[in-house]
Amino acid sequence: MSVAVRLRGIGKRFPGVVANDDVSLEVRRGEIHAICGENGAGKSTLMKILYGMLQPDEGRIEIMGEEREFSSPKDAIGLGIGMVHQHFMLADNLTVLENVILGSEPVTAEVINFAAARARLAELGEAYGLEVDLDDRVDTLEVGERQRIEIIKILYRGAQILILDEPTAVLVPQEVEELFRNMRELKAQGHTLIFIDHKLDEVLEIADAITVLRGGRAVATVKPEEVTAADLAELMVGSELPKPVAGAATVTDRTVVEVDSISAADEEGVERLRGVSFAVHAGEIVGVAGVEGNGQAELIEAILGIAPVTSGRIFLHGEDVTDRSVRKRREAGLGYIAEDRHRRGLLLTSPVWENAILGHQTRPDFLSSRIWINERAARRHSEGMVERFDVRTPGVDTPIHALSGGNQQKLMVGREMSVMCNPLIAAHPTRGIDVGSQAAVWEDLRAARRNGQAVLLVSADLEELIGLSDVLLVMLRGEIAAHLDPSRITPRELGAHMTGAA
Amino acid sequence: MKAAARIVGPPVAALVLAAAVAALILVFSGANPLTAFGNVWEYGSRLETLLESLNRATPLYISGIAFAIAMRMNLFQIGVEGQYILAAFLAAYVGAAIGPMFPPLHIAVILLTAMAVGAAWAGLAGLMKVTRNVHEVISTIMLNAIAVAGVVSFLLGRWAIPLESLDTRLGDIPETGWFPSLNTVVEWFTRDIKRVDLTSFILVAAAVGVVYHLLINRTRLGYDLRATGVNPWAAEAGGVPPKRTIMLAMLLSGAAAGLVGMADLLGDQHFYSLRFPQGLGFTGIAVALVGRNHAVGAAFAAFAFGWLERASGVLEVRGDAPREVVTIMVGVVILFAVIAYALAQRRRRIEAAAAAAEQMKERTGDGGGPPRGSLPPPAEADI
Repeated sequence: MSVAVRLRGIGKRFPGVVANDDVSLEVRRGEIHAICGENGAGKSTLMKILYGMLQPDEGRIEIMGEEREFSSPKDAIGLGIGMVHQHFMLADNLTVLENVILGSEPVTAEVINFAAARARLAELGEAYGLEVDLDDRVDTLEVGERQRIEIIKILYRGAQILILDEPTAVLVPQEVEELFRNMRELKAQGHTLIFIDHKLDEVLEIADAITVLRGGRAVATVKPEEVTAADLAELMVGSELPKPVAGAATVTDRTVVEVDSISAADEEGVERLRGVSFAVHAGEIVGVAGVEGNGQAELIEAILGIAPVTSGRIFLHGEDVTDRSVRKRREAGLGYIAEDRHRRGLLLTSPVWENAILGHQTRPDFLSSRIWINERAARRHSEGMVERFDVRTPGVDTPIHALSGGNQQKLMVGREMSVMCNPLIAAHPTRGIDVGSQAAVWEDLRAARRNGQAVLLVSADLEELIGLSDVLLVMLRGEIAAHLDPSRITPRELGAHMTGAA
Repeated sequence: MKAAARIVGPPVAALVLAAAVAALILVFSGANPLTAFGNVWEYGSRLETLLESLNRATPLYISGIAFAIAMRMNLFQIGVEGQYILAAFLAAYVGAAIGPMFPPLHIAVILLTAMAVGAAWAGLAGLMKVTRNVHEVISTIMLNAIAVAGVVSFLLGRWAIPLESLDTRLGDIPETGWFPSLNTVVEWFTRDIKRVDLTSFILVAAAVGVVYHLLINRTRLGYDLRATGVNPWAAEAGGVPPKRTIMLAMLLSGAAAGLVGMADLLGDQHFYSLRFPQGLGFTGIAVALVGRNHAVGAAFAAFAFGWLERASGVLEVRGDAPREVVTIMVGVVILFAVIAYALAQRRRRIEAAAAAAEQMKERTGDGGGPPRGSLPPPAEADI
């Protein structure tokens, strides 16, 4: 087999940091090659260099045996390289067809030739078994489908070498299987795939070769048959892979959150929650599982008070808060770790200390005489928090967009942990962070539970749900489809419940 | 030192570049730029011109602040124009109608009327936004037209006092409603002033600036407002009521806008007429932009615009060049300022990211890294 991509001695420095240091890598044609490493190990930088988004300071790139230089992704695309980014780059208000051809529309006499595009896409869909409805608007699609569109998009542009940046981070197990099926199909057709992944069992399942990056250097390239997940973890972090475990039960009979048969509809009037009831007690973690889009987001918004409910009541600490504002609920102790830190969680251009009090800005600790923000107290608080939660930042005046994703996440988790929040809604608290930080967040959640806080944990990481929860709820089509005992269930069984197959 | 250079650098660079462009235009229009600049400088550095510039800068400053209040939460409130003209008109009517009375009370009634009218007019746009999701740019443009060409034109025709001249205007506000001149104070420090009166309304403008700064940067309300401006979704999850905050920002912005016309009304003309100054609302946008929505920055920007407008008159008088050269120069200043700020912003972002990455590296290294105090804090202006 010939070599599709060969990187030699790639180095890339940003002011004050070496992102890639003498990285060499060989990807064979028709191979699925995984790139593993912790956050900040330099995976994304390396892929951006290969895709022409960044230019290396040193080193050489060979594609199909020829040395190349990329000044922009255009050059890479021209050589048949395509990339699916972690954050999808789709226009929500366009159809699938429009999204796929956007930027490389087939044109006949200055008019877009949709018929030609359709024919070409039908061909592609058939060849790779990638099924999508071309006329659906993208905002009506699930995450897995959106990802498929991204893949089709780059195939449409003639990609032979596909780069996938953490493709499984947003998928549930069944969707991951679907993705892997597609990846194998692409491989069978002679495409080369390079993908970034944190989840070691997935890597071992799909990859033909695995390159591990640590601190900007390629520490090893291994074959999946030769290693175990533990070996990989050790290569990545130099220590053993932590597991989520809850420890002895601390649940009490004091109800903190009570949701009494709530229903809610979206803006178009489509019912998104139907008669959902449950309770979370002090010292208890209630896990909510479900395929994305089955009402979990709406449930969180209802409890938080962002979206109104059409019927049913919500109680916090025994008080009916159904008609109260978000602020009133926050003041009653409600804490919230947002599933999408960039959207609901953080003020990206604001300094660390301002972010550290968001949601708690009406607490007397951060105010003086009710009108003024007590900046000194807020700064002191955030300094302590940065220390305690190991948020790596030059200082509390640094705008938060300058921090890495993992540190942003730690800050957001720390914010809700460092003031007494009860109950705490944790939505995907470990999404997109590395193994070390993940273990820290799990420990924080356990500490909250020991501390007598009530935690509602919504997650797509099934091991996390099973490992941490005292009770598991499965949401399906806006309803609670099952109450499960996490001590007697495997991720596979849970996945079956989530898709309604059980 | 370095921090100061970063804040002052971009606008100064913009001014220098704009002057260069103006010089080119002067050459093209057949004038000697050095003579022309010399004339402008000579005329512009006179005490009287400086005071006139301050008089012009006063309403521009308030206008800039009015725009900035809404801008801090990402509302593009371009209705200051209509708000201040309508407010000045109604306040002039009320001020004249209630007649001579105890001066502070008279002034207070006029100012409160103006602020209430401005707030109400801006509040309409806010109301449309929170109830019907009408974008504030659309609604405020419409409300500008309704206020100036509609309400004011219509009522001015009905309420105008009979005059022998062709001017259409309302009655005079009695002297108890005037803002006194500050000339005597200035004269203590300088010399006798001829034909110009520095209005004491400038003190109101300064107060507006101080209140703006404290409100936005120090209060919980200001925090809510800024948070919404940066990320409305995160602010909402953090308990900031979105609709109420929009209304509040619009009302505050409108109230400030209501004061814009008071400098000319109570400090200079004392009546509302067809010739009442227009366009201050739009220039205010430029003031806020060049001043980076900052209380002090906007003050410098307002003075710069006021001075350019006043000092440039000499170009025409001496026959150097048409006054339009200055209009072009103001436009170029704004353009360059935007570019310079964008460049400075990008540099700050890169430096902050580098500092954070550095920190990350040091702390991940063996031995826990150096003490955190060893890194200089990046100078991020709170824009």
